[in-house]
Amino acid sequence: MRKTEPLIFELSRPGRGATAQYPAPAETGIPEAFCRRGRPPLPEVSELQAVRHYTRLSQLNFGIDTHFYPLGSCTMKYNPRVCNSLAMLPGFLDRHPLAPAATGQGMLRCLFELQEMLRHVTGMAGVSLTPMAGAQGEFAGVAMIRAYHRARGDTARNEIIVPDAAHGTNPATAAMCGMKVREITSLPDGDVDLAALDAALSPATAGIMLTNPSTLGVFERRIVEIAKKVHAAGGLLYYDGANLNAILGKVRPGDMGFDVIHMNLHKTFSTPHGGGGPGSGAVGVGRRLLPYRPVPVVGQDGDRFRWLDERDLPESIGRLSGFMGNTGVLLRAWVYMRILGAAGMRRVAEYSTLNANYLLARLIEAGFDAAYPGRRASHEFIVTLKRMARETGVTAMDFAKRLLDHGYHAPTTYFPLLVPECLLIEPTETETREELDGFVDALAAIRREAASDAATVKAAPHTMPVRRLDDVRAARQLDVAWKPAAA
Amino acid sequence: MPYIPHTAEDVRAMLDRVGVDAIDSLFDEIPAELRVEELAGVPAALTELEVSRLAAGRADQDGRRLNFIGAGAYEHHIPAPVWALATRGEIYSAYTPYQAEASQGTLQVMYEFQSMIAGLTAMDVSNASLYDGASALAEACLMAVRAHRRSKSARILMPSTVNPVWQRVAGVITEGQGLAFESVPYDPARGVIDAAALERFHGQDITAIVIQQPNFFGQLEDVAALTRFARANGAFVIAAVNPVSLALLTPPGEWGEGGADIACGDAQPFGVPLSSGGPYVGFMACRMEHVRQMPGRIAGRTVDVDGSIGYTLTLQAREQHIRRGKATSNICTNQGLLMTAATIHLALLGPVGLERVASACVARTRELVASLTALAGVRAAFAGPRFHEAVLQFERPVLPLLEALAAEGIVGGHELSRDYPELGHALLVCATETRTPSDIERYSRTLARLT
Amino acid sequence: MSDIPDDLRYTKSHEWVRTLPDGSVEIGITDHAQRSLGDLVFVEVPEAGRVLAAGDACAVVESVKAASDVYSPLGGEVIAGNAQLSTQPELINQDPYGQGWILRLKPSGRAADVPLDAAGYAAEIATGS
Repeated sequence: MRKTEPLIFELSRPGRGATAQYPAPAETGIPEAFCRRGRPPLPEVSELQAVRHYTRLSQLNFGIDTHFYPLGSCTMKYNPRVCNSLAMLPGFLDRHPLAPAATGQGMLRCLFELQEMLRHVTGMAGVSLTPMAGAQGEFAGVAMIRAYHRARGDTARNEIIVPDAAHGTNPATAAMCGMKVREITSLPDGDVDLAALDAALSPATAGIMLTNPSTLGVFERRIVEIAKKVHAAGGLLYYDGANLNAILGKVRPGDMGFDVIHMNLHKTFSTPHGGGGPGSGAVGVGRRLLPYRPVPVVGQDGDRFRWLDERDLPESIGRLSGFMGNTGVLLRAWVYMRILGAAGMRRVAEYSTLNANYLLARLIEAGFDAAYPGRRASHEFIVTLKRMARETGVTAMDFAKRLLDHGYHAPTTYFPLLVPECLLIEPTETETREELDGFVDALAAIRREAASDAATVKAAPHTMPVRRLDDVRAARQLDVAWKPAAA
Repeated sequence: MPYIPHTAEDVRAMLDRVGVDAIDSLFDEIPAELRVEELAGVPAALTELEVSRLAAGRADQDGRRLNFIGAGAYEHHIPAPVWALATRGEIYSAYTPYQAEASQGTLQVMYEFQSMIAGLTAMDVSNASLYDGASALAEACLMAVRAHRRSKSARILMPSTVNPVWQRVAGVITEGQGLAFESVPYDPARGVIDAAALERFHGQDITAIVIQQPNFFGQLEDVAALTRFARANGAFVIAAVNPVSLALLTPPGEWGEGGADIACGDAQPFGVPLSSGGPYVGFMACRMEHVRQMPGRIAGRTVDVDGSIGYTLTLQAREQHIRRGKATSNICTNQGLLMTAATIHLALLGPVGLERVASACVARTRELVASLTALAGVRAAFAGPRFHEAVLQFERPVLPLLEALAAEGIVGGHELSRDYPELGHALLVCATETRTPSDIERYSRTLARLT
Repeated sequence: MSDIPDDLRYTKSHEWVRTLPDGSVEIGITDHAQRSLGDLVFVEVPEAGRVLAAGDACAVVESVKAASDVYSPLGGEVIAGNAQLSTQPELINQDPYGQGWILRLKPSGRAADVPLDAAGYAAEIATGS
């Protein structure tokens, strides 16, 4: 890979600029007292310098377009380009969110269809598209649960039950909503411990947050029973949709008994990850929670569409964003779902699960240890390198770094926290058999290398633009912004 | 099978390896009663050609109109390289940079964005973006309560000149965490925070005061005096700022003596199209002493084992995946793609270009106000300096006017009666550098004809 | 093999307590704790004068992979937090029972009541808590 780049500020020279971009000068008439003294320290570079700089920086990245990216729980499937080109059609792209609804009927129809498709695919009664990320969707879900209990005068319910295998956002979200978190344990086979659940349920239970398939990569087999227990205790069930890819079109969270779900459109519905965002965390609700949906929601009046707001949904938990959420992301998801169609939804679950089980079978053959050997893989599975770490001193982290040298982005490491030295591997449905075979070969080669030349693996990566980075120093000697040299 | 590459032969070979007869067997752990046979409510698949025609038809139906709305989302010219670069696969399809060595592009862009925001706001440190301006303000309020050592009240002064939607979002996101928001009215003549009303809070335990500059009406607040008031009362200053205006106006880090404690806002004006409402890109910056209380991702500069410069995510111990229940926020993502667009946009504008854009915005809005208030029955609501928005008052209801203007291809402004009924028939208008004198003349001519 | 001095008392949450000649106590985290946290990058210590109950979270220790609360084994009034840790958090890694002390407390309870002695703590960490 190419070597690294200086900072854009280091390329700056006073007096340079992309002058084709400058409007003509104008008088502002703003009194001095309000005005800045001196210009902001932005770089002064030519247009070509900027283009070359950011092009080169892009070439330092792994992306789905360039590398197999089996990050468990992230669903790194192909991001179809047509989703981008259609979402960026001028009629959609240039429209101000506060322009009258009459000027946005085309877009509103797309978003209404998206609401309906998401509702049906998840088996829920209603959908709100506004949460801007999975974490905001979670927040909306817990806030709706809180609103439900409050409206019934059930104010003592302030506990949210979370499995110990859960993603960190779950307890963080519960805390943000002023709820107490109650953790329950999982069994060695990966399912939630029902005895622990029984012990945790009480008149203080507001609800439980679950992922299914779970973060351990396996289906929660007794979900119907769990739902019955939680409902009987007066609580509601929240579904974390991070792993929806595994069951899309084949199983619906609504049928499992969930009262509220969030979906990650940037995972299951293939909107771009963009180096860390934007996401979109649309929420689906059962009948009980319909009145509390975050606004605005797309409504239909005959053949006209409009945004329903606080006046239409007076018990809504309210707004989570300045406008309607990540509309451009929603349009991309709409395109994706229209291209897949009903049959395409099921194929997502089928082929992502096939790829995961195939990869798991080949890795077990190659001598790797599955964390849950008795179980089917869902769309992802966990391999534990605990044995190898003990025998060779090579850890999951070292393994991951050496994989980069083989041209693969590493799987998720050290999550879930329950499994030591783990790799959480999710191939997705858009990868070929040959790609998976190549990945197995690379992992096997690293394992052999760990036994014969552990030092090389421990010092990986060797071929990337940088070697292993000192993150202790990054935190101790905090340097998070370039500053101009003192005058 | 769109996007799925498996041939029948692949499937056979793979099923063999797994040791099952059919793909369906892989779902045998799932209780039969849960399995869906027919998926209702999802239409049949379309080809790329078919969905392209469908989408194009709908986008054309919506068409494009001359835009004079701001109110939190601003139309600016986006240089062509911005999205040509941001849609490169290595940027568009990359993930969060957890494997730093494979993500130096993303991480360095984050560091550059952080540097630009810190420089523009004149604060010590910035994060690598939040979802949008409204949620950034909510997070800033939570941060102020966490970071303020002395104040225990969690009372936040929220003037009514702050964007009303942002106020509502702040209330929703912070609910359940014990914050108390208190309103401060505005001076009806000047459309800025009423200093006398603010004085009534003097001597009380106030955790923070939010100051939006320019405010929602487009008017300029006396940020020096407001900051002095906050300091005199031991309150944090949360500055909610329009980033383009920072090319011209005193940055938060230099407000009063000592500056604001937290600066936040929406960087959508940098390289992010209006896109019917999102995705946008929130920003937050603060003093170094509070950096550990700041939510969101942060990229740090460090060295590798050979001593070469590199970038990595840092201070992750604050974040949800480590702190879990005690995290500063549940935030997982930033707005990576939009943050990248904003960084490239700023690199292309530079300090001179940004100043030209900001000045042009001020001038065009001044011309717009002059042109429209020259018509009978239209007056400016407030005296005093403004940035690139203004409130105009009419003698007749505004909504029918806006509908009629829309039919003529003009999106005339944002109607204010819902949030500010005391202003009567009022419209918030905005003209950026993208509006020409002939655009303004067309608006005024059309409005004259309609009234 | 982590170091567990005989003359200190310990808690299950990996704090140690030392009684000083003047009756005040010194509190820190154990060698086992600092190893599992890894290189410390930041420590937040309590302010002098703060009143604590036994079990209160009184400090935070942060590494790149974890940020953990430190719980006061005893109630009392904080005499001082170790100011050196703000610039040298690594003192806890290098010398957890000496220069890496986190706070000094004027205790309201008795140090002898802190649950574990050295042998008890050793048994506790051996069972992999």
